[in-house]
Amino acid sequence: MQVSSVTNFGRSGLSDWLIQRVSAVILLLYIVCHSAIILNTPEMTYALWRDLFAGTTMRIFSLLTLLALCAHAWIGMWTVATDYLTTRMMGSKATLVRLVFLIGCLAVLAVYFIWGVIILWSV
Amino acid sequence: MLVSVYRYNPETDLKPSMQDYQVEIPGGKDLMVLDVLALVKEQDDSVTYRRSCREGVCGSDGMNINGVNGLACITPLSEVVKNDKLVLRPLPGLPVIRDLVVDMSIFYKQYERIEPYLQNDDPVPAIERLQSPEDRAKLDGLYECILCACCSTNCPSFWWNPEKFVGPAGLLQAYRFLADSRDTHTDERLANLEDPFSVFRCRGIMNCVAVCPKGLNPTKAIGHIREMLMERGA
Repeated sequence: MQVSSVTNFGRSGLSDWLIQRVSAVILLLYIVCHSAIILNTPEMTYALWRDLFAGTTMRIFSLLTLLALCAHAWIGMWTVATDYLTTRMMGSKATLVRLVFLIGCLAVLAVYFIWGVIILWSV
Repeated sequence: MLVSVYRYNPETDLKPSMQDYQVEIPGGKDLMVLDVLALVKEQDDSVTYRRSCREGVCGSDGMNINGVNGLACITPLSEVVKNDKLVLRPLPGLPVIRDLVVDMSIFYKQYERIEPYLQNDDPVPAIERLQSPEDRAKLDGLYECILCACCSTNCPSFWWNPEKFVGPAGLLQAYRFLADSRDTHTDERLANLEDPFSVFRCRGIMNCVAVCPKGLNPTKAIGHIREMLMERGA
């Protein structure tokens, strides 16, 4: 008996598991990096903040973090949905409810990503 | 002592209920929960439960004892009873056949799925397939599982996806054959476990380890399977 899953994009538990962990490390690094910058800047001004995000390195780092955030959130929400929104838990309507929920998650993540890219490239 | 037992007969009862029994516990002895169930059955012979070896080997009398899964035959009252009350329920998450007896079909189906037998494509030797003492030692802590289902029925991932997630008991056995130097089907076994459910639904909360009556560690075995999958995939 092979377990398959169509709605998970990678279709591999191993890749999902790895992406979830790598993306978590990227998110942590981003938080630590920004905390360090904020704590080591005596007075944060708009100009300083703008300069920080105008640099190519920070732009790539932010874009990578945005990607990591979207991947992390998708795998997490897909997992939550396939744990709780199942036929076992809610009967025959579960598949439809789960698909609508997952499409909703995808839409939110797509908006979040596109919006993030627009913000990053507007600096 | 007050003993509260889960009662349900799907053929006659609309819903389950708890039935209380006053049981006189003989002084000077630390009875096992199974002994108390025998005393309950003396009062009411319709109370149904499974039991066989009564020494923690057959795995028949797994049940939820005062909120914790365990084997009734090797769980002393002194370990579990608080306020002179004992509450006995069936193993959680599986369909109840009657009272404390659950339908373990899905549990066995997952066990069957991991192909729990040695597979070796090499020519059969004249006498036996030899194994070094070091390789044999790798099976310690794995082969001792008695399939009582205390661990799998204590695992939320197994409650939610029992058709897809193998569960701690099955995965402990999966690793028992992955770790066996005499088995040559490692790749096929790993390929069968790589999907997002079979192994990766384990969230590492160690509920399985907390209740295993044999003191085994399925979470550790699952970690080893993940490592093997990583090595195979990387």
